[in-house]
Amino acid sequence: MLNTIKSSIKEIKRYPSAIVGLIIILAMIIVAIVTVIAIPYNKAIYLWRGGEDVWYMNPKFAAPAWTNWFRVNKEPVSFSVNTANGTMKKVVTNVSADSKTIEITYSFDFEADAYPQDLMLYFNNTYATKQPFVDISIIMPNGGSIPIMQGGASAHENVRFSQEQKLIKQFSNRTPMQGLFSDPTQQDIEVQKGTYQLVVTGTTFEKDSDINAEFVFYGTVYGAAGTDMGRRDLLIPLLWGTPIALAFGLIGSLGTLILTMIIAAVGAWYGGWVDALIQRITEINLVLPFLPILIMVGTFFSRSIWVILGTAILLSIFTGQIKSYRAIFMQIREAGYIEAAKAYGASDTRIIFKYLIPRMIPLLIPGLVSSVPAFVFLEASLAILGLGDPVLPTWGKVINDADVNGALFKGYYYWMIEPAVLLMITGLGFAMLGFALDRVFNPKLREM
Amino acid sequence: MALPAKAEPETKKDSPKTNTFLRLFRYTALRIVTLFVTVVIAIYLTILIANMGGYVDTMMRTEAQDRITQQVASNPAYRAMSTDAKKKMAQQMIQLEIKRLGLDQPLVVRTTKYLVNAITLNLGRAQNMVSDTGSRQVKSIILERLPATLLLMGSSELLLFFASLFLALSISRKYGSFWDKFVIAMTPTSSAPGWFYGIFFILIFSAVLKILPFGGLVSAPPPKNVFLYALSLLQHLILPAASLFISGFFLNIYSWRTFFLIYSSEDYVEMAKAKGLTAKDIESRYILKPTLPNIVTNFALTLIGIWSGAIITETVFNWPGLGRMLYQAIGLYDVPVIVGDTIIFAYLLAITVFLLDFVYALVDPRVKVGGGN
Repeated sequence: MLNTIKSSIKEIKRYPSAIVGLIIILAMIIVAIVTVIAIPYNKAIYLWRGGEDVWYMNPKFAAPAWTNWFRVNKEPVSFSVNTANGTMKKVVTNVSADSKTIEITYSFDFEADAYPQDLMLYFNNTYATKQPFVDISIIMPNGGSIPIMQGGASAHENVRFSQEQKLIKQFSNRTPMQGLFSDPTQQDIEVQKGTYQLVVTGTTFEKDSDINAEFVFYGTVYGAAGTDMGRRDLLIPLLWGTPIALAFGLIGSLGTLILTMIIAAVGAWYGGWVDALIQRITEINLVLPFLPILIMVGTFFSRSIWVILGTAILLSIFTGQIKSYRAIFMQIREAGYIEAAKAYGASDTRIIFKYLIPRMIPLLIPGLVSSVPAFVFLEASLAILGLGDPVLPTWGKVINDADVNGALFKGYYYWMIEPAVLLMITGLGFAMLGFALDRVFNPKLREM
Repeated sequence: MALPAKAEPETKKDSPKTNTFLRLFRYTALRIVTLFVTVVIAIYLTILIANMGGYVDTMMRTEAQDRITQQVASNPAYRAMSTDAKKKMAQQMIQLEIKRLGLDQPLVVRTTKYLVNAITLNLGRAQNMVSDTGSRQVKSIILERLPATLLLMGSSELLLFFASLFLALSISRKYGSFWDKFVIAMTPTSSAPGWFYGIFFILIFSAVLKILPFGGLVSAPPPKNVFLYALSLLQHLILPAASLFISGFFLNIYSWRTFFLIYSSEDYVEMAKAKGLTAKDIESRYILKPTLPNIVTNFALTLIGIWSGAIITETVFNWPGLGRMLYQAIGLYDVPVIVGDTIIFAYLLAITVFLLDFVYALVDPRVKVGGGN
């Protein structure tokens, strides 16, 4: 047995496609494990199902930041910084026992060729009765300062720069964003690149009063994967889609294969009416429409992908495959060692599970591997029909969202391409390994 | 009569001719019965699934109740009526609607009725779907969608079948060549379904290059001129047909190629080669002939596959075919349409399977109908 494995591995090494497939599969497994550890299930679901309250700091429909590499005109990259987690600097000076001056500053390089959508400050202030006073301004690269807003800030004051009257009034022929990010001395409105600084000077009037703020720069590109219509970071479903796709594909493929094999073995061993029954069920199943039944289960019964997976496995058991397995089992049944097993009084179950099925396993491995993509794509197929799992973040769900929101029509290509490419890589990885294995384990094909 | 002695041995051991007929008749009858029973069971299962064991009934009943209550409450014509009278009228209308949908009868009765109607091809009326011409007849709904599906599936599947068959034949002649290796290397691409390629095609040809439409059957408004209409139809057909074609292309070539190679390594082919027959003769006599039953089977299955349509590709491309109709019917809980579509497919499949046995006997002299036991 060990020798067979060793020689098989040696054989596999001769096929470069098998190596590539294997590398892809291993990489996916690593990504899946890292994802599940880094973003636990509950957190992933919370983020994926989260609305504006979770994702307010992202722009909508933002392409991934790396698309800037291919752009002539760079788009502004979205980011957010917070004093609460120390990403934005905050200096507190005590003026008196009751009063403090809090200075929040943040410098950022602006190198884009387009204007951001908006800038926002989300305050999170603590006080009992007296609101703190804040003075917000932006220092331009040339040193000039543009005041944004001055006044009392409530506990959850939100300052939307583009809506601040003070800022709007300063520019006659420019929008607030153009005003902030262009050179005011020039007649033409052109983006001014350089280092900008946000300065928030706050004064508190109570002993325990404090000012905290989150500064959000709403650019037009964001992160490694971009965002969707609900401002959600697409990295979550793309990463979490990996373990789900792997689980779906492997469970589907393994489940179908093992059940088909057991049923075929039982039929071949007992013969008679058991065998006849299996044959009839197979014929009936041939007439049943596969995809429509899955759609019906999804529409009428449950959209959980595990229910649909179970149905898919059930429908995939009784297919032409069971007939070819049966034919092979019929041959094995006549082998001498089965005769010997019968002679020493082995039970039927023992013969089926210890002698019949193990002989088949090497023959099954290629089929096992190459049927994984079918199940991975099945999830996506159902998702694009709107029958994706309502809870889980999957690749198919992202494709469906993109399709429903007209991503291709409106030019949000990244939205459709990212999950599609991942699906394709997964499918190709398993298919390449599967085909190579097929040639290794079925020597008749190898010569062809 | 003149030669009774000669006739006796004949009757004794059954003439080979009557034997053949008897065997043929018995086999045919048995085959028809088993196929029919198979279809009946499969259709009944489909009907049960389409009802989710009565679960859909509850949904439809609640939906009808809500809809009619809403209708009565919002209709200005009934504003003058008292609340009680309105309630009573709503109740009556709900009863009527439930009766129209057949929900007043128990599940067993209703499903049996569906079954009998389906088996007798009495497709009946749709519950919620309406054809574009306004008809509720399942038959007209299906017939309306059939041309679109036949066009899409027919062009892509037939092209796929013949292209892959002939390419495979020519590749199998020189295996190990560059194209042979190329096909083997490309075979894994067939693990992706047609709609998946469709998305990429839309992206490239519709969104970026803007040379082909995103979807639909013809441009809006449809051109009046027949020639322009056909041109517009062709334009809309290219992408969905190409996606179905490409998703099956390499795998089909690969499997045909392998299949032909297995047959071309038979001893009698070697023998023919040794005899000095031309490659063409060897191919038509010793490779194509024994593989003919398989080619015929595949062709027959391709033909009935055309009927079932491509649910997702049609949905992605907004192609008004049978696949999308079935998907819409499921969304509307329209059991008659679902069953109507399924029964026709089931019958086509059963007839094809039945006929194939005879076709085998015709194309392969080694096969005997009903023999082999």
